[in-house]
Amino acid sequence: METMNYSIIRYILCRVIEFAGLFFLLPCLVAVIYQEQEGYAFLLVAVGCLLLGGIGKHWKPKSKVFYAKEGFVTVSLSWILLSVIGALPFYLTREIPSYVDALFETVSGLTTTGGTILTDVEVLSRCTQFWRCFTHWIGGMGVLVLILAILPLSGSYNMHLMRAESPGPSVGKLVPKVRNTAKILYGIYIAITLTQIILLFFAGMPLYDAITLSFSTTGTGGFGLLNSSIAEYPMATQTIFMIFMILCGVNFNLYYLFLIRKPKDAIKSEELWLYLGLMFGGAVLIALNIRDQFDSVYETFHTALFHTASIMTTTGFSTVDFNLWPEFSKMVLLLLMIIGACAGSTGGGFKVSRLLIVIKSIRNELSYVVHPRSIKKIHVDGHTVSESVIKSTQIYVMTYVAIYIVSVLLLSLDKFDFVTNFSAVAANLNNVGPGFSAVGPTGNFSQYSVFSKFVLMFDMLTGRLELFPMLILFSPKTWKR
Amino acid sequence: MRIIIVGCGNVGATLAEQLSKEGHNITIIDTRERLVQNLANTFDVMGIEGNGASFSVQAEAGVENADLLIAVTGSDELNLLCCLIAKKAGGCHTIARVRNPVYSREIGYIKEELGLSMVINPEHAAAMEMGRVLKFPSAVKIDTFAKGRIELIHYRIAEGSILHDMALKDIPTKLHCDVLVCVVERGDDVVIPDGNFILKEKDTISIVASSQNAMKLFKKMGAPTTRAKNAIIVGGGETSFYLAKQLISMGVEVKIIEKDKERCEELSELLPQALIIYGDGTDRDLLLEEGMVHAEAFASLTNFDEENIMLTLFAKSMSKAKLITQVHRIAYDEIINELDLGTVIYPKYITAESIIQYVRAMQNSIGSNIETLYRLNDNRVEALEFVVKEDSPVVGIPLQQLNLKENILICGINHKGNIITPGGQSVISVGDTVVIVTVITGLHDIKDILK
Repeated sequence: METMNYSIIRYILCRVIEFAGLFFLLPCLVAVIYQEQEGYAFLLVAVGCLLLGGIGKHWKPKSKVFYAKEGFVTVSLSWILLSVIGALPFYLTREIPSYVDALFETVSGLTTTGGTILTDVEVLSRCTQFWRCFTHWIGGMGVLVLILAILPLSGSYNMHLMRAESPGPSVGKLVPKVRNTAKILYGIYIAITLTQIILLFFAGMPLYDAITLSFSTTGTGGFGLLNSSIAEYPMATQTIFMIFMILCGVNFNLYYLFLIRKPKDAIKSEELWLYLGLMFGGAVLIALNIRDQFDSVYETFHTALFHTASIMTTTGFSTVDFNLWPEFSKMVLLLLMIIGACAGSTGGGFKVSRLLIVIKSIRNELSYVVHPRSIKKIHVDGHTVSESVIKSTQIYVMTYVAIYIVSVLLLSLDKFDFVTNFSAVAANLNNVGPGFSAVGPTGNFSQYSVFSKFVLMFDMLTGRLELFPMLILFSPKTWKR
Repeated sequence: MRIIIVGCGNVGATLAEQLSKEGHNITIIDTRERLVQNLANTFDVMGIEGNGASFSVQAEAGVENADLLIAVTGSDELNLLCCLIAKKAGGCHTIARVRNPVYSREIGYIKEELGLSMVINPEHAAAMEMGRVLKFPSAVKIDTFAKGRIELIHYRIAEGSILHDMALKDIPTKLHCDVLVCVVERGDDVVIPDGNFILKEKDTISIVASSQNAMKLFKKMGAPTTRAKNAIIVGGGETSFYLAKQLISMGVEVKIIEKDKERCEELSELLPQALIIYGDGTDRDLLLEEGMVHAEAFASLTNFDEENIMLTLFAKSMSKAKLITQVHRIAYDEIINELDLGTVIYPKYITAESIIQYVRAMQNSIGSNIETLYRLNDNRVEALEFVVKEDSPVVGIPLQQLNLKENILICGINHKGNIITPGGQSVISVGDTVVIVTVITGLHDIKDILK
């Protein structure tokens, strides 16, 4: 076994730091516009990052050897590094006095979770609020995908990076070159974000709010500007949020199919229909369950659909405190939370495409019991799913459950009840944000102990990077020389 | 360019690697999922699993917008069908590998009627390469520029050669011949040397010289300069047939040793002038009996790499013949190079290389002024031939006053058909073609050689 190519990992990490420096310039700009003192903290970190990254990239890597192992390690280290750096401004501006809390907030932002430790987000300065929401946007499509789109990183490593960062059981390219694929994905992402900003602006929202909340929506994050999340905005604005959440939970490859005028292929996607079916089905069930809480049928269904969309796309916006809903509705939401959005979207969770493969393997297994000699392949969208994808999906299920159980176990060291802990893990591992009970839409994660916060941070990163890139960091074999 | 490659065997993989590194958009198609996966994981290419001759698979690979489809599966018929469908579906250029001699004989007709841009026969290409080497027995390999008028000859300095410990600037005075050493490969290093560079034995040098000068140099060094008069070929495959045919036309006495009786009879029908020996080519006594010791050229062209290498080593110890070894596996070339087997021919590599040359030429018709492009010494050195079409900063100025980038050497100027081996006073004019050797990749125009 070849030893890890440390020099190339270091090199890519330097480029990541450099990009982080560029990201920080945006909140600086906001601080200039609103004349806020907090901007200096962002400027300081930005300059630090640009210097560090700028100097570091001058030592070219000694060897260009780059395998899947290096890809996984680079991606997970990049995310950890970005979180550590991204937390600095929160801490430096003293808006989040504890560094661990600042780190939690950043991890929650970058992984598009949207769970917070802040009890009052309305007191934050505008540049800090901007940064919180912007982390969602960066994390939504992924930092390394952005770097791949911009930097001409030649060589074989781009596919390994892309695969480690992009969600879904099998990562396909849209076009032959990784760089162009990354560009197309970011192009679609930017177009969706801009459309939402414009719509929100015309719906009467101030431009600043429109921009920040659009970042939160398209990244499927869920950080808001108000403590009450989205509840205080008018119905029409809520509908815009709802539509864009649903759009961003769809596999972005489908939009590309529309762009190259193959909408028929996009419409045929089984994952899309299962995704929409589960979302609307869940909404109908919840609407029936909570119908006595609202005056009109429209309002009932609107609220139900808003929340199934918000939870399933793992955004985590809320218009009402769904923690007060009947148990059945909460259970439906919990299931949707775990299922999550489509592969190749900005959403998190287990992913609908994996669910599709699992459902089909179960059906195959049943048919195998009836016809023991039958040979049956799993087909999705008319293509045979290869054995290796099925196997890795099954292993994903097992690993997911294992991490889930261990996390709940570790959280129970704290003082909270089972529902809180169980839903807290669901909300973080699936990058949703709010859970139930003490961590519901009106609660937050601030009361957890430092240890529990680290467990949840690990869950968020693991969930966003789809388990294995994070787990590989803990395998001694990875680091052995 | 957008290129679709059907077939992910050795040739397909080499093509995918090389062409994706040169910046083309590559989509690969193969029915073997694992191969597709592996390639798509290692190189920046898109993989599609399926039958490349199927229209829907080609459509998925984007044949409508493709510029070129290369079919290099194991089957000739499939390759031709792939090209035919791609031509009808996308109107792109097509290249097919066709190795069956039955088709090869009618290749002109097939190419014309199916609208193929290029047909490559690996055995034929390999045999041509071997023939070229045998014409110039001291050379390891020869590349030609300016329509054959400039030759880049690769030569390995033998142990105890007079070139050992000689500085390049001393060659013209001490040996009285005008040659230009462009590239020196020593172990793993490849350098573009200056006058103070000192040669050592076992270096592989690439020289530009007129045929007479090169001949003179080889004579001074005591290397064989006359063409081989007789040749022994072990193995009676297609390559052997093409090589023998070529050698016979050059007036060389050819012996082919083949262990399959039927094939022997077939060969004897096809090559009445050759002596066909029915026997096992790896049989030591047989080889000695057939006069291996006095052979002037010896080619091991069996289907087994190990056998070929062994035979060559044996021939090397027994005779002074010019050696040619055919090796199918590309992966272990560094080890094979260390064995000093004379000329090693990798048919798969040659196939890939010819296709890549075609692709480069095709691309050149779009943007740059490159006429020919060779990748030498493991792709670390490029030899390019530029056409100076218009007035550019390099025109009309003596070379010594040009501010050239480092690691660039101008090694030949074709001025109205006269080949000039350039010195400091030489001048490039409009209409010339200029051959340069460089380790810098990605030059597109002659002016790119300036700082």
